[in-house]
Amino acid sequence: MGKIRVVIAKPGLDGHDRGAKIVARALRDAGMEVIYTGLRQSPEQIVAAAEQEDAGVIGLSILSGAHLPICRRILGLLGEKGMRDVRVFVGGIIPAQDITELKQLGVAEVFLPGSSTEDIVRLIEGTASAR
Amino acid sequence: MKKLLEEKQEAARTRVFTSISGREVAPLHRPQDASGIDYARDLGDPGQFPYTRGVHETMYRGKAWTMRQFAGFGSARQTNERFKYLLEHGSHGLSVAFDLPTLMGRDPDHPLSLGEVGKCGVAVTSLADMETLFEGIPLDDVTTSMTINSPAAMLLAFYILVGEKQGVAQTKLAGTIQADILKEFIAQKEFIYPPRPSMRIVVDMIRYCTEHMPKWNSISISGYHIREAGSTAAQELAFTLRDGIEYVQWCVDAGMDVDSFAPRLSFFFNSHSDFFEEIAKFRAARRIWARTMKERFKARNPRSWMCRFHTQTAGVSLTAQQPYNNVVRTALQALAAVLGGTQSLHTNSLDEALALPTEEAVTIALRTQQIIAEESGVVNTADPLGGSYFVEKLTNEIEAEALEYFRKIDAMGGMVAAVERGFPQREIQEAAFQFQKSVERREKIIVGVNEYTMEEKPLGILYIDEQVAEEQVARVSALKATRDDARVAQALQALKAAARGTDNLMYPILEASRAYATLGEMCDALREAFGEYEEPPVF
Repeated sequence: MGKIRVVIAKPGLDGHDRGAKIVARALRDAGMEVIYTGLRQSPEQIVAAAEQEDAGVIGLSILSGAHLPICRRILGLLGEKGMRDVRVFVGGIIPAQDITELKQLGVAEVFLPGSSTEDIVRLIEGTASAR
Repeated sequence: MKKLLEEKQEAARTRVFTSISGREVAPLHRPQDASGIDYARDLGDPGQFPYTRGVHETMYRGKAWTMRQFAGFGSARQTNERFKYLLEHGSHGLSVAFDLPTLMGRDPDHPLSLGEVGKCGVAVTSLADMETLFEGIPLDDVTTSMTINSPAAMLLAFYILVGEKQGVAQTKLAGTIQADILKEFIAQKEFIYPPRPSMRIVVDMIRYCTEHMPKWNSISISGYHIREAGSTAAQELAFTLRDGIEYVQWCVDAGMDVDSFAPRLSFFFNSHSDFFEEIAKFRAARRIWARTMKERFKARNPRSWMCRFHTQTAGVSLTAQQPYNNVVRTALQALAAVLGGTQSLHTNSLDEALALPTEEAVTIALRTQQIIAEESGVVNTADPLGGSYFVEKLTNEIEAEALEYFRKIDAMGGMVAAVERGFPQREIQEAAFQFQKSVERREKIIVGVNEYTMEEKPLGILYIDEQVAEEQVARVSALKATRDDARVAQALQALKAAARGTDNLMYPILEASRAYATLGEMCDALREAFGEYEEPPVF
């Protein structure tokens, strides 16, 4: 099996990239191929990056409260493009009541503040190998 | 039994103890650790150069620090109510949190504003929203701090015009606008234009404030966001003060006399969890700034030498787990800020790792400051830790580390050049990664996260729904239908022309704001003239 390919993205207008960069580096150190999109990416740009890079995983860092509309759009686009097998992970400040809805939309897992990069690596390896 | 005790003592002797910044700390400090200090030269009484012990002679006996709670969410109407609540309950000044479309100069109907309107601050799209935001709050009665950077000039214009409509002249307006674009490139990343035109906007604003707004702090040079992005205490200090030097240099290069504007520069620091390291950082900040202004810039007015600062407790230290523990963290951090001699303070609320704070959580945060001020007795004497062998040594160490960074950045050609090379960005990124690793190796313990964990019930939080966005879009449409389009177009044209030339941008921004041009329209005019900045995506 080849390397797991992950697109790490910061959607929306927020620039707080500490978490995105730490996770990107931890995934790379764990042997994954990581493509970091940089800041302020639209859902269309993120899905295009995943398609172009043939990524099996998209990791979204969202701290601003915009997670529901953004994830709705991204998962919708993945569906339209026949990319439903791409696993989407979200990390950030997400109220408990929204986690259920994110998972119903098709988000594989939500990582809250305090999550360890080891847990994130383990979970991504687990779901991506089952792909 | 005896053997076990010996083993424990041996372990205590050999184990390395470090601060949150990774600084090794000795088991004991003695007179020789602070022996090189000359009282008059290095410390001075409070109110005396180099202000290590404080900028005011009487410190908190003369006047308590300003309790200033950062607030903003949803619509201007909702935030106006929160402001009034805070003022009724003993807050001394206002501090506005704007939402991301406002911070990034985008109107609420822009595609990238999807999901962001009113979420992490208040939505302000035009002068009309600003009028609502301050309705019933006389601007000559309060001081206001506004956390906004790339579009700071527009928000300052809105504030001036609200004052004008209330009959309060701009000469009477008191407060601060952040307008610190360098730390945006370094840490928070809410930039729009490339560094050099962004610096020109800052210089134009400082000049405008110097000429027209004698009671207004023209900039708030901020380490807060640098620290939140993961820097060490010394990096926060070094990059913030070096940013300050950069602004002073650019203003001097633009022909301004240093003593005309330097008294109105203000600073903003983080107060993190490592108690003594933070206190030492605040003390070092004052000494470095005083000497820099006197020696490097030859400032003669003592007010130009003073590093006056606002402090906010460390948002990044708050945990989503066992959130009530955050009250204790915040109290300790607030105490460090007070012992460090801050001029104003924001205490974070216990629920901020989960959402924007509820009114109840904000009240506890404010009460925390009031308990320190009224009950703890720490306000009775200035700089109570001055002369502590440990604190003085730590102050010297952090100062030396910061000055070493100054040398490196000077050698690169200044902070703008260093930012363009990604130097401070990389230093912070590395420190953040190392801290995360030390938490995961459990070398650093975070209570409730990697130790003392337990199952818990979710907390009730403030929830902003999507209706706010729809209403904001409708308000902007209604505004556009009623304003004088020809006047708006002409004002935006004039703004673009000024941006392509060298005229002070504040005047055309004031005119466009008066015509109810939206923030997005004004920022777009400057985008056309200046271009947009994109950071190379490295990690």
